[in-house]
Amino acid sequence: MGDHSHGSPKSSGTVATAGQSEVEKFQDPGLPPHRPRLADKDPRAEKRAEKQVAILFVISIIGTLLFFVGYFAIRLDETIATLRLQNFLLGMGTAFAMLGIGVGIVHWAKTLMPDHEIAEERHAVRTEEDRVIAETMVTEIIEETGIKRRPLIRNTLLGAMILAPLPAIGILRDLSEDLNPDVLRHTMWDAGVRLTRDPSGTPIKASDVTIGSAFHVIPEGLNEAEHKLEEKAKAVVLLMRLNPEDLHVSPGREDWNYNGIVAYSKICTHVGCPVALYEQQTHHLLCPCHQSTFDLTQECKVIFGPATHALPQLPISVDDEGYLVATSDFHEPVGPSFWERG
Amino acid sequence: MSASTSSDTYQPKTNLGRVTNFVDTRVGGSSIVKEFGRKIFPDHWSFMFGEVALYTFVILLLSGTFLTLFFDPSMAHTQYDGSYVPLKGVEMSVAYASTLDISFDIRGGLFMRQLHHWSALLFVASVSVHMLRVFFTGAFRRPRELNWLVGCVLLILALAAGFTGYSLPDDLLSGNGLRIIDGVIKAIPLIGTYLSMLIFGGEFPGTAIVGRLYVMHILVVPALILLMIAIHLFMVVIHKHTQYPGPGRTETNVVGFPVGPVYAAKAGGFFFIVFGVVAVIAGNFQILPIWDYGPYDPSPVSAGTQPDWYIGFVDGALRLMPGVLWGFPFEYVIFGGFTLSLNVLLPALVPAGILFGLMFAWPWIERWVTKDTREHHILDRPRNAPFRTATGVAGVIWYCVMWAAASSDLIATHFLVSLNDVTYWLRALFFIGPIIGFIVTRRICLALQRKDREIVLHGRETGRIVRLPHGEFIEVHAPLNDYKLHRLVSFESPEVQPAEPDANGKISGTEKLRGRLSRFFFEDRVAPVTPAELAAAHSHGGHDEVETAESKAEISSR
Amino acid sequence: MKALSQKRRHPLAAIALLLMGLLVTGGLYAVAGTVNEAQATTTTYSAQDIEEGEKLFVANCATCHGLGAVGAPEGAHGNQAGPSLIGVGAAAVDFQVGTGRMPMQMTGPQAQQKPKQFNEEQTMQLAAYVASLGAGPAIPEEQYLDASEGDPAAGGELFRVNCAMCHNAAAAGGALTRGKYAPALAGVSEKHIYEAMVTGPQNMPVFSDANISPEGKQDIIAFLKTIEEQGSPGGNSLGSLGPVSEGLLIWTAGLGVIIAFTIWLTQRSS
Repeated sequence: MGDHSHGSPKSSGTVATAGQSEVEKFQDPGLPPHRPRLADKDPRAEKRAEKQVAILFVISIIGTLLFFVGYFAIRLDETIATLRLQNFLLGMGTAFAMLGIGVGIVHWAKTLMPDHEIAEERHAVRTEEDRVIAETMVTEIIEETGIKRRPLIRNTLLGAMILAPLPAIGILRDLSEDLNPDVLRHTMWDAGVRLTRDPSGTPIKASDVTIGSAFHVIPEGLNEAEHKLEEKAKAVVLLMRLNPEDLHVSPGREDWNYNGIVAYSKICTHVGCPVALYEQQTHHLLCPCHQSTFDLTQECKVIFGPATHALPQLPISVDDEGYLVATSDFHEPVGPSFWERG
Repeated sequence: MSASTSSDTYQPKTNLGRVTNFVDTRVGGSSIVKEFGRKIFPDHWSFMFGEVALYTFVILLLSGTFLTLFFDPSMAHTQYDGSYVPLKGVEMSVAYASTLDISFDIRGGLFMRQLHHWSALLFVASVSVHMLRVFFTGAFRRPRELNWLVGCVLLILALAAGFTGYSLPDDLLSGNGLRIIDGVIKAIPLIGTYLSMLIFGGEFPGTAIVGRLYVMHILVVPALILLMIAIHLFMVVIHKHTQYPGPGRTETNVVGFPVGPVYAAKAGGFFFIVFGVVAVIAGNFQILPIWDYGPYDPSPVSAGTQPDWYIGFVDGALRLMPGVLWGFPFEYVIFGGFTLSLNVLLPALVPAGILFGLMFAWPWIERWVTKDTREHHILDRPRNAPFRTATGVAGVIWYCVMWAAASSDLIATHFLVSLNDVTYWLRALFFIGPIIGFIVTRRICLALQRKDREIVLHGRETGRIVRLPHGEFIEVHAPLNDYKLHRLVSFESPEVQPAEPDANGKISGTEKLRGRLSRFFFEDRVAPVTPAELAAAHSHGGHDEVETAESKAEISSR
Repeated sequence: MKALSQKRRHPLAAIALLLMGLLVTGGLYAVAGTVNEAQATTTTYSAQDIEEGEKLFVANCATCHGLGAVGAPEGAHGNQAGPSLIGVGAAAVDFQVGTGRMPMQMTGPQAQQKPKQFNEEQTMQLAAYVASLGAGPAIPEEQYLDASEGDPAAGGELFRVNCAMCHNAAAAGGALTRGKYAPALAGVSEKHIYEAMVTGPQNMPVFSDANISPEGKQDIIAFLKTIEEQGSPGGNSLGSLGPVSEGLLIWTAGLGVIIAFTIWLTQRSS
């Protein structure tokens, strides 16, 4: 079968063919003869099909009734199970109502309506005659406007048309009052702000944080903040405790942890999902959205996935009462990168 | 004009006739009936997906209108006081609470929500399958290139409609979805941060986004979709439908059933069938249980956070991209203090850009490579256009790899493999999958074409073994009838169009590229059987080995 | 799953729990002052229980965990065959052995749940032995295990913040790194849920009483039991896996049925 290259550009490669001449083609035998259906030949089959269609329409009627049974006979103030039952009845009622009509009509069309295939001629999308007429028309129209002869009008119109839509863009400026990217650099954390539990807002003692545990943390006062969700979206922190010897602390961060208790931003540096999956034995943090993995022992360096930079660390200490507090805000913007991040 | 005179001479006899006549003389209904009443539509199951898309869109409009009657797109805070016990007293947005009310306190609300969401999934799925059918059969060729473009725009609009709707309930899943969108927008150089703040009305999440998406979802996007559907169908009427090759079907006719009554009945009935199927699903299968996810809060997240299927490929691309590759991070600080996040930008924009770019441009690419500018109303069977089928399959595989990547965590838990390994494998498949797909598909197509040739030349295998007088066993092959034969021989097999010099006698760089692409696509090809070949095969005895006849054909070609 | 959960709600289950409670008579919680021990307890197990437990331990557990449960030396691949069990408490033993995770059949990314190998009494004896080695979380008190006393809405909020990221918002489970996973929580008994929180089995973090109070844990249990028992309102939950299973359904069953209809619709009638 086939043949490999002979070097000539026209027949290189594997070609299974016998000369490609346009003239040599099979004759079109035309439409196949019509084959009569059962219902065309047998009056009983025809009668049967008629009955089937009617039955299908009756099924549709029953379906609609079923819908109303589901709607009126079931009270919603009961349990989830009744809601599920109602949903089921409404669904099946609608389904029977619709399928009854649909299948009935199609069955009718297939068995009882004529099934002769008909050929219709196509027409050219555009005839040459029309084109000539249209072209003369357009030429005349343009000539009558005189736009070609009056460049002053044309150019000023063009200028006006280019400028006119600009307000439509400009008017969107107030979609946001504030456009200062600097807000992304600051969070609610500050020196002395206590670490509190999410969602209750109760402060956390250093002694509460045992090795292997993970606390989901919000800054104290967040629940009363004016822009609670916006602040929370930047300020959420994951608090964990490791054996201090497991931590590799880089210079300058020596006093950022407290006896092996460390706090890291929970917002993924990839596109911002909460990186909340803490594996207490491997000390890995995993983002469930795109699987960026951060190594807690290496100051949350990225070890897998699409994120590029480490989770920002929140420097923490304890206050006089033994509660964990931040010693400053994050030292870099939290969350996904943005152009002005630097 | 002429209508006024005819209304004077014609006097309808029945009441219905009088009403019809009134309308007819005002809007000219007769000519519309004359034009469309017996218009012919070819019948094939693969032609129905466009209708599925249209009908699911109608279901979306119906169920969506119901939902707007009860949904409140406000992000104001409220305390839930509805009948779902596990959320009683929980703080949430009004949008989320009203979605809970639709689900639990409004009779039929849950059903309508599920009907709406399932229809949306089926809508985008049927648009996609419809486009695949158009692509693989070559229905986008002249004169239908513009309609292909309208279809591509419709696909993008369908994605936009889906995404804006997905985000409305303000539950944890959609909120985290929006957060990802926010992260992607922020990665756009120069304007990203401002764009994000403009869209969200300040810092994420703000209190504006649900209301803004709502307007897009219930007004702007559906209006654009309706407009595009109108243009789409208008062009279908102008072009008339394509048809598969077959006896009696030519480039100048269209064979099928008339609108009245058969096609109208089938198409109309099919609307109810589609509605019924979606109703069965909505009544039996739960979709987006927002009460499980809880209200949006920036702190929690659920395992298995994924977008709806049609956005999945972008999410998968985001997952596949390594942030740091062999110690080389894909994020730089440039121009002294500006951050360029290629780890987000590349996967978010490039695969989608390539897919949609190729999709939009394909009719012109194919026309340029094949130099085929004729009109085509007869479709290609996918096997008869191996280059196109292979390219399409490569694209589909590429899409599916990204799609699968979006569920990498579920693949890991359900097939008991390591999440990381799934990602590594999919990263490899992202590059080699399409290549393997292209090669294998083209070979399968060519093999199927050879099989067709064989059947034409030697007839169909009957399974009947006969022993000849001299002891040889042969299988009897039955010749095809004219109709079946015609189906297998009436196709075109484009040939390599080598690069040609232009008017100045020079072969330009693009022309060289075109020539190379043409060779790449068409150097392996199978030509349709000609009557001479068939005659030769018959004269040879009609039942001999394939190879013999093939080599004979080869010889005659030299 | 439903059947399982119903079985667990069986009256006999309550009796079993009661028995358990009686066995752990006089379990006293002492608030630990040290940072490394959450809820060190002094539970009074009988000397005979401890003795029997030690025998079982030596026979079944010491291969990996070492004699005296001090942990085995590092294996060939650098990972410990079995960690030291001193100070893990009775709750850890009851969870690991009671859910069949221990003894492990083979090493792997994490211990798999499987049919349990020890009966309740043997489990209690093992727990008694390990508890005698060092103070650790005890088997939880009955009063916090009654789901009907908890507030499912408050539990839901705690669950979403502390648990949903690994276990999925509908408690259907999820993937962790390198083959590890967080299991689905349907069908897990109240006691085992509680014990998992206080002990942090495998890679799960510890949620000590200082983090989530016993009442909070009870609320979480109430939430889990509520969503498990009420079922899904909209019909089949498709595994509560979210948009992936929904997409799969529409592309397979949904489009499949539609295609079947289109083929029937365009086929010529016989």
